[in-house]
Amino acid sequence: MEHKTFSASIRPTDGVIAIDMAGDIDGSAEAAMNAAYAQAESSGSDPVLLNFSGVGYINSTGIALIVGLLAQARKNHRKLVTYGLSDHYQEIFRITRLSDFMGMYDDEASALQQIG
Amino acid sequence: MTSRLTGIWQKFRAAPPAASDLAEPTPPVVPLTTILPAVDIAPNDPLLAYLHNVNGPVEIARLQMESPALAEMKDTGVVICVPLVSQGELIGVLNLGDRRSDQEYSSDDRKLLADLATQAAPAVRVAQLVRQQKLEAAERERVAQELKVARLIQQTLLPQSLPELTGWGIAAYYQPARAVGGDFYDFRTLSDGRLAIIIGDVTDKGVPAALVMATTRTLLRAASERLVSPGQVLERVNDLLHPDIPARMFVTCLYAVLDPATGHLIYANAGHDLPYATGPSGVIELEALGMPLGLMPGMSYEEKEVTLAPGDTALFYSDGLVEAHDPQREMYGFPKLREELAAFNGGDLVAYLLDTLHTFTGPDWEQEDDVTLVTVRYAGPSSVQRGHVAREGGATLLAEFEIASAPGNERQAMAQIAEAVAFLDLPPDRLEKLETAVAEATMNAMEHGNQYREDRPVRIRAEAGDGQLRIFITDFGGGAQIPEATTPDIELKLAGLESPRGWGLFLIKSMVDEMNVSDDGHHHTIELVIDLKKE
Repeated sequence: MEHKTFSASIRPTDGVIAIDMAGDIDGSAEAAMNAAYAQAESSGSDPVLLNFSGVGYINSTGIALIVGLLAQARKNHRKLVTYGLSDHYQEIFRITRLSDFMGMYDDEASALQQIG
Repeated sequence: MTSRLTGIWQKFRAAPPAASDLAEPTPPVVPLTTILPAVDIAPNDPLLAYLHNVNGPVEIARLQMESPALAEMKDTGVVICVPLVSQGELIGVLNLGDRRSDQEYSSDDRKLLADLATQAAPAVRVAQLVRQQKLEAAERERVAQELKVARLIQQTLLPQSLPELTGWGIAAYYQPARAVGGDFYDFRTLSDGRLAIIIGDVTDKGVPAALVMATTRTLLRAASERLVSPGQVLERVNDLLHPDIPARMFVTCLYAVLDPATGHLIYANAGHDLPYATGPSGVIELEALGMPLGLMPGMSYEEKEVTLAPGDTALFYSDGLVEAHDPQREMYGFPKLREELAAFNGGDLVAYLLDTLHTFTGPDWEQEDDVTLVTVRYAGPSSVQRGHVAREGGATLLAEFEIASAPGNERQAMAQIAEAVAFLDLPPDRLEKLETAVAEATMNAMEHGNQYREDRPVRIRAEAGDGQLRIFITDFGGGAQIPEATTPDIELKLAGLESPRGWGLFLIKSMVDEMNVSDDGHHHTIELVIDLKKE
């Protein structure tokens, strides 16, 4: 299995910001993920959408990164909403209780619909 | 400007697509123009070279050269042709007929066409590349599928469990190479209580080889039921296989019959690697000779005998071991095998040999051929039962390898385990969970056990038996305190009262049926257990 370098870019959609992620979320994703989130947060977007559809691999260090992101969001009273996670990673988000604190949707349309 | 006729010729690298691909669909409304199938330009046609060098549209009436393509163009009414050049390469030609208005092509028209060509060429090139990539991807997919099928056939036919004989330990190891080889091994308990041990190798790779292997195995099984002598079994199978086997394909095979009560082993050989017996009194090569199966009819196979004494181990193996190469392209070879067998002090011969193999090849070994090892150890009537001997009787070793302790290498461990257990056909979600558990355990071993040290690889071993799959991940962090695998408190982490880290062990536990941690003072091992009988 080859390592796919992580990348994140922000994209306005329907009045909020979506962070489109691609590649592997492991230790090496820290800088890019935090930079993208900082951009999204400073734009005032609430909630911020996290698009995982391009992500094929998340390890425990990646989970820690996402937990860190969520902690930051809560500190600044922002909500995070996720979509595009595979069944396997949705299960992992449930087991780790990340899904208790962030909505999980199958695609952008349903995510946008839910936040109204 | 509208022209009466147009056609486009494209230069293809691979087989050109069907003619229907080239013709553009005519629009349903009043056709502005007639679309012709392309005029084919042969690679040695001088027109090709001319068009490659000219800069801009060409009125072909002005061209005079020995060119079948040019002649055909003139015949079909092409008046002007526009080369499409992308990155210095001629990738296509746009052929236009008379203008509808019957006027000549003016210099403005020609300029327009030249501009069109400049715009169109890169787009056409991209379309060609996309098509090329799709063809290549489809081909890769097809090859991968064939290998998958061949491997499934092969692995379905390998024994799912090993014979259990009192006083004897039988172990088998099978590690397929990337390209599917044709190794097989089998055990048959004969009506008189003796055990037939069979190992073989089909030439060639892929589905045809896998089918020949399946046939050979069936013939050997049938023959073993009725014929007592190994030589006769091979003779019979050779005669039956010969008419049906594809030309130039053959099967090497070693057929041995063991009497567990006495240690007596009779064997015959059809071109396979010579087995060895190793024990306290040294190493013997079990030399019986004969032609591989399927090459020529009417062959006879000599039989030889040996008596194994308590403490002896017989080794049956295939080419993959002795033909393995080290980074300097030296072969493992028979002399080295003999040396290692002579130095063997008892215990698990499979693990021992794999150790010598992996030390020899190094971590970046690209395995060329299947590695098959079958060992038959005479523990003796009063053998001491040690912890790991129990495994020999019931478990098949699926994989054993080392991973260098560097960030990211857990992906390799994941991939190798996935390959090793592919034939178990786990449901996709359970396989993904297993992969996650293996990756996390490996990361844990590399980081905490081995401190990412270059000289401390992680050893990983996979076994199946008794309805369970067990994966052992071992590092050098023995003797340290084993941390408790508690459930991380996400609320504390979200409140910033605790580090966001610490999910590894918890994730592992959640992904498998059982996780056991053990420590022998030097090494620390995480054992992952998957219950294969669960849905």
